[in-house]
Amino acid sequence: MNAFLEIRNLCVTLKGGAPILRNVSLSVSAGQVHGLVGESGAGKSMIGKAVLGTLPRALAVTRGEIWLDGVDLQTLRPAERRRRIGASAALIPQDPLTALNPARRIGPQITRRLVDILGWSRADAEARALELLAEVQIPDPARVMRSYPHELSGGMRQRILIAAAFAAEPKLIIADEPTTALDVTVQKQILRLIADMQTRHGTALLFVTHDLGVVSKVCDTLSVLYAGKVVEEAQMRRFFMHPIHPYSAALLAATPSYKDPEGSLTPVPQSVIDQVEREVTDHDRRAGL
Amino acid sequence: MYQVRDLRLSFPDMTRKPLFGAAPRIEILRGLSFDVSKGAVLGIVGGSGSGKSTLGRTMLRLLEPTGGSITFNGRDITHLEEDALRPMRAQMQMIFQDPMSSLNPRRQVGGIIAGPLRVQGHDGIPAKVTEALDMVGLPRSFANRYPHELSGGQRQRVGIARAIALRPEFILADEIVSGLDVSSQAQVLNLLQELVRELGLTLAFISHDMSVIRRLCDQIIVLYQGEIVEQAQTADLFAAPQAEYTRTLLDAIPLPDPDQVWA
Amino acid sequence: MRDARGDVKRPIGLRLWLSGGWLILLVLAALLAPWIAPQDPLAQDLFTSRLPPFWEAGAEPGYWLGSDSLGRDVLSRIIHGARLALIVALVAGTLTCVIGTALGLIAGYYRGWPDRIISRFVDIWMAFPPVLFAILLIAVLGTGLTSIIIAIVVIDWTRFARVIRAEAMTQGAMDYVASAQVAGRKRMGTMLTEILPNVLPTIIALLTLEMGIAVIVEAILSFVNLSISTDSPTWGGMISEGRTSVHQAWWVLVFPLITLFLTVLSFSQLGEGLKDRFDPVLR
Repeated sequence: MNAFLEIRNLCVTLKGGAPILRNVSLSVSAGQVHGLVGESGAGKSMIGKAVLGTLPRALAVTRGEIWLDGVDLQTLRPAERRRRIGASAALIPQDPLTALNPARRIGPQITRRLVDILGWSRADAEARALELLAEVQIPDPARVMRSYPHELSGGMRQRILIAAAFAAEPKLIIADEPTTALDVTVQKQILRLIADMQTRHGTALLFVTHDLGVVSKVCDTLSVLYAGKVVEEAQMRRFFMHPIHPYSAALLAATPSYKDPEGSLTPVPQSVIDQVEREVTDHDRRAGL
Repeated sequence: MYQVRDLRLSFPDMTRKPLFGAAPRIEILRGLSFDVSKGAVLGIVGGSGSGKSTLGRTMLRLLEPTGGSITFNGRDITHLEEDALRPMRAQMQMIFQDPMSSLNPRRQVGGIIAGPLRVQGHDGIPAKVTEALDMVGLPRSFANRYPHELSGGQRQRVGIARAIALRPEFILADEIVSGLDVSSQAQVLNLLQELVRELGLTLAFISHDMSVIRRLCDQIIVLYQGEIVEQAQTADLFAAPQAEYTRTLLDAIPLPDPDQVWA
Repeated sequence: MRDARGDVKRPIGLRLWLSGGWLILLVLAALLAPWIAPQDPLAQDLFTSRLPPFWEAGAEPGYWLGSDSLGRDVLSRIIHGARLALIVALVAGTLTCVIGTALGLIAGYYRGWPDRIISRFVDIWMAFPPVLFAILLIAVLGTGLTSIIIAIVVIDWTRFARVIRAEAMTQGAMDYVASAQVAGRKRMGTMLTEILPNVLPTIIALLTLEMGIAVIVEAILSFVNLSISTDSPTWGGMISEGRTSVHQAWWVLVFPLITLFLTVLSFSQLGEGLKDRFDPVLR
């Protein structure tokens, strides 16, 4: 198997009831960026959370396999699973404001994972953190290490979170809407930084976003989700030239584009929604839900 | 309809207040001048910290300017007291960014829409509420629902219904689609466009999204750090952006197009 | 778009049933005290002194929870004591709530000079040690039901004022308040129709908590003999008397203590339960 992350028929449900993810399958190889696209409630963030083992308490994986680096995580004991995930995967979170502890200096927040989980010495971890902060183009890294989060701008904080994610050289990074909270001009810098870092380190990247514009800039492949079901999986370029599923096409037509004021921002037709809803219902019936 | 001249607004910065004496002031708006003519759809665009939301709230006199003047329908409202403003409020309404925060969670939709009508002393309120629901394309039965029982797009329609129920001349829309999914974004924009045409509204539309602004507005003001850096007709601005900042802003937008030059 | 996140159901709280049940029982006991109490709570009879509760050897029928050193029935005294405890809880709790909430709302919503005055006042007030303050007040006002209620209100209104002020400030920053201003609603109207309903769950939780506290304060004052005259039975008085004979007759101390504990716990749990139940946003 060459994919670093491979998800097969993953089902996640609300405990005692409604399905959240419906038979999701996808794979990401080293050096590849896979986008997860969908509207709010489509379950795109839940895939990343299922992989990292951080699903909300009310949700549970009921079926399916998550293969990370050739091992099915679902077959491992919880402690072993956590160790494996901690050693080979990392998260770039959505909100740089809440993802950093406001009461602690930046330095320990980057090095903590290296020291606590991977058993590095403090000096090594700090040297590595300095190196990474320089790599994410933060001026005067030594000073930033001693700063508190509130002393830094949103863009700076997101750079720090990127540095922290890459610190332990993970083979897989899950980026959960990493630029949604940022201005477009900052978003551009951050997206390019993530893409650069990912290429340089050869990381597999699972990129969760609601913005097809962003997908067209960073992803190689993508899955479009509706109600926790993959409606289309595609190569990026092929998707934008020729989306196959009507829902994908409608989503693309709804995405704003100032270059194309007539063809963009078109509401998703009710007939298309009816069709995907029907597909989801059919799926549930076949799955006996 | 609106004449804004050299508008300034600053807040005291309490985090840097010395032990004695006045706190230094942060300037949010630094001398803005522009007009909004009747029937215009004006886009106000800028990044975070550009002062665009503050400008909107100052135009509606939810905030009092520290300098300059605002004239609405020929009347100077710059420093008007709340009591004097109250009767004029029926003419200037606002749609808020976050419908979850702007709709009182303890009120049913019908009550939310009826609120302003009641305050302004209208009669035949139930009929007007129903009419407003019809106009924004919500089922009449929604009058008995609570905001948390609606989807994001539906909540924003309630916000629009509340604003148009009074039949104002002017509406300010502050980032009203930024929290919505693209599919509801498109629907809400279409609805707003229709209402502007049908009711002959004047609209100021605040957004950070150039694509949305282009779709809706006929004039644009670009704000950067509390100053107007560009002011133009929509077609002209997109054909030939003048200010450096406008160009940077446009270049940064990731279009859903793999061939866009975006380096 | 289907969205399963709204499907989470909140089970009806067991604690609401339990706490509500206990309090209803207590209210009934207080209302029907003269008819259901097995003995006269004040009747002394040295022949029946220190009778143990019904399951121990030497118990007398009619004295279910035993009797004290003067031969008074413990159960009857607890039932009669509920009257005073509940009157204090209701009257003192409600008065405290009304005064504290009004001041807190004004401070938190109007801000400016009303806030400065009220907040300074609260700060100064809270610097007094509360129990000492209460004892001092009773000493000045004289013992009696009214004095106890006044003492509780005077000491505890600050609790409401502070919490409600913070809550009103949070709510005041919400856009629905700005929206009411855009509609031209007057500030007083906005405070009463927009902010108050949203602060209500907090008020209810605080109110029930305050009722529990009032019961405790009353018991403390009885304990130090500063409550109503020693004739009428109070839980605090019983605990105080039971303490002296705990080695010979533990039941005189333990039963009123359990009643007090359950009552205070029920009040606070009732508040939490109601808050969950009547919050449309949480539900």
